[in-house]
Amino acid sequence: MTEALTEAMRKAEHEMVVCNACRYCEAYCPVFQAMEQRVTFGRADLTYLANLCHNCGECLYACQYAPPHEFNIDVPRTLSRVRVESYESFAWPSFAAVAFRRPWMATLVAIAAGALICASVARTFMVRAPREPSDFYAVIPHDVLVTLFGVVGLFVIAAIWIGHRRFAGSASHKGARDGGLASQHRAVRDVLTLKHLHATGEDCVDAEEQRRPWRRWLHHCTFYGFGLCFASTTVAAIYHLVCGWIAPYAYTSVPVVLGTIGGVGLVVGPAGLLALDRRRDAALTHASERTLGVAFLTMLLLTSVTGLLLLVLRERSDMPVLLVIHLGVVLALFLTFPYGKFVHGIYRGAALLKFRRDDSV
Amino acid sequence: MNASQYDIAVLGGGNAALSAALTAAECGARVIVLERAPRAFRGGNSRHTRNLRCMHPAPTDVLTDTYPEDEFMADLLRVTGGVTDQTLARIMIRTSADLPRRMKRFGVRFQPSLRGTLHLGRTNAFFLGGGKALMNRAYAAAERLGVRIVYEADVVGLCIRDGRFESVEVRMPHGAEAITARTVVLAAGGFESNLEWLAEIWGAAASNFIIRGTPYNTGTVLRLMLDAGAEAVGDPSQCHAVAIDARAPKFDGGIVTRLDSVPLGIVVNKHGDRFYDEGEDYWPKRYAIWGRLVAQQADQIAYSIVDSKAIGRFMPSVFPPIVADSIRELAATLGLPAGTLAATIERFNAAVRPGTFDHQTLDDCRTEGLIPNKTHWAQRLDTPPFHAYPLRPGITFTYLGVKVDEHARVVMKGGVAENIFAAGEIMAGNILGRGYVAGVGMTIGTVFGEIAGRESRDMAAKAGSA
Repeated sequence: MTEALTEAMRKAEHEMVVCNACRYCEAYCPVFQAMEQRVTFGRADLTYLANLCHNCGECLYACQYAPPHEFNIDVPRTLSRVRVESYESFAWPSFAAVAFRRPWMATLVAIAAGALICASVARTFMVRAPREPSDFYAVIPHDVLVTLFGVVGLFVIAAIWIGHRRFAGSASHKGARDGGLASQHRAVRDVLTLKHLHATGEDCVDAEEQRRPWRRWLHHCTFYGFGLCFASTTVAAIYHLVCGWIAPYAYTSVPVVLGTIGGVGLVVGPAGLLALDRRRDAALTHASERTLGVAFLTMLLLTSVTGLLLLVLRERSDMPVLLVIHLGVVLALFLTFPYGKFVHGIYRGAALLKFRRDDSV
Repeated sequence: MNASQYDIAVLGGGNAALSAALTAAECGARVIVLERAPRAFRGGNSRHTRNLRCMHPAPTDVLTDTYPEDEFMADLLRVTGGVTDQTLARIMIRTSADLPRRMKRFGVRFQPSLRGTLHLGRTNAFFLGGGKALMNRAYAAAERLGVRIVYEADVVGLCIRDGRFESVEVRMPHGAEAITARTVVLAAGGFESNLEWLAEIWGAAASNFIIRGTPYNTGTVLRLMLDAGAEAVGDPSQCHAVAIDARAPKFDGGIVTRLDSVPLGIVVNKHGDRFYDEGEDYWPKRYAIWGRLVAQQADQIAYSIVDSKAIGRFMPSVFPPIVADSIRELAATLGLPAGTLAATIERFNAAVRPGTFDHQTLDDCRTEGLIPNKTHWAQRLDTPPFHAYPLRPGITFTYLGVKVDEHARVVMKGGVAENIFAAGEIMAGNILGRGYVAGVGMTIGTVFGEIAGRESRDMAAKAGSA
């Protein structure tokens, strides 16, 4: 609590003190309800509140103290800055926090690393020229692929887990009131439905009195699209390891159908969110979070586009090049998970769980 | 007569103004809204409000329990001491029942009931996000209905001939213009932010007043109407004042500058003396009298002093307390005479009788033998650190207004003006001649805004077909 506050946190503290004396926004979202449980706002409180905020924007336009008022209250933007700072402070290993300050550089480095690794793996292990079209494992043998992505995957999970522990440890200074299954169930529902992007029965804003459902639906496309792609890979792994069925699978097979639907979701979602971002009021989000979002969406879009291209062009002779590019992009995506916008889901989920446990009234 | 540019000219841009504009424009009337503030500060004092008071015979989605007509009337009679036009008050109260439902047609949103910081969920419907969110909704609806809205429009003259409104002279960013309309709705508020006018009434003391709301309520339209022969209502020398943090900005500090520490400690003036019973009553009444009390002190300043026992027992304040470990140190920081302050607190502490402290009820903690005594919540100031908050009078609104009839038409000295209507703070004195009860200003504004909008629309329609 006594730890020094950053400049953004000092602004957030000022804003929370004003908000706590006003409370007009209390029916909008959990941020204000959790705020009312507090009298002072230290580092841990501000980090928690910042990660609870969905950046829906309602409170900026409703605020009688928003700029140009001299109190200069812009909660969504201020909390977005604090949020990105919290991502940095929880990053493991700590030096990787630089990725949050230079998101494009991080993306480029990850793509270069991913492509280089996959290219050299293919060069080293490519057993033969593909005997038949779409013979992926001729380019990179299955076991090599599993080992490579397994190692990277384990590292990514470890990094995210450590970040999550750091966040949870920092924010749980209050004794949990209710750690029961009911809170967890509610928090999971909040996450899966994006409840707080339409909690008051209407969609959230892109600008003053501009309400459209797209942000929520496009996020669903992205989230569930990613989920389906993940499911596709999992089913394929079961086919391979348990059933002994070797890829490629037919266009009507479960992995391909799941992957195709998911892939389309991962094109529509990120592309739509990128378009929305350009139209969204710049006053709502700090530039650092915005850049983080655009970089992550671009990465997702690259993944889905190269994946779908591979699916369509897998019978062509230049398939190995496409495969290497796609796998390189996927590897880069994995590598950036702990050091980019992806982590918002982890910390938001943890904050929502804490809210349901401690502060929900 | 030349055709008018508009059916209705609405002077003002708060809730009453927009209620009138929306009600009229809904039926196709050509409406212009002349708002004096720039867009970012539009909405008059409505932007600082949070709820409106509604009678209701049964619980609704936005109001708990019941609030019968007679109870609303009784509340109004109590706070005004009977200084109210009961006919207009009845209209206001009866119409209020349906307001939340009707406001929703313009997209206004309310908080679900059972919430609300001030425990007013029974009597008052809370706007989701507060008054500025309400005004955003109203302006968006007005734009959809084709209302022409002009910001930074300064009314400088009214052309009224034989009791009939003809045109309004306006200075706008793109130049001055005389705008003609078949009817006019006056909804431009009171004069509480006109510092010269305040000084005419309260003298030099007025320079130490803080204006809680918009700086644009300078009473220009009110003055023009009174000069044109409108009947006045409300005491011209009265305003609603509460004690707020002296560090608040001169204008527009709104709700957050309020301070609720008064009953938990003592209040002294700049000489270090107590001057009133800090434990007299609960919030609504206490809130309403302390502005005046502070205004009567030298230099219009006072200091609320509590000790560490009180911390956490009142709504968090937006400005930090002035903290000291001893009374002498506190006096030095506040610039008060240390000897007098110490003596005041010593006398106070000695006069405190034993009791059971309970800040939720009018408890039995009181002093004896002091002038003035503290009759409830009196506890010794003996546990450092001591916290102090400077207090000044914060002006919410003024009572002076124009007299209206039940059609919201302005009553002139020679009779009722046919095509001049008034709504909101500019005529609130008809109903609220004195005192205040939370949310009633917004109810008056909405009800009479709707009446003014409907009547002026009908009149414009008649004139159009004639």
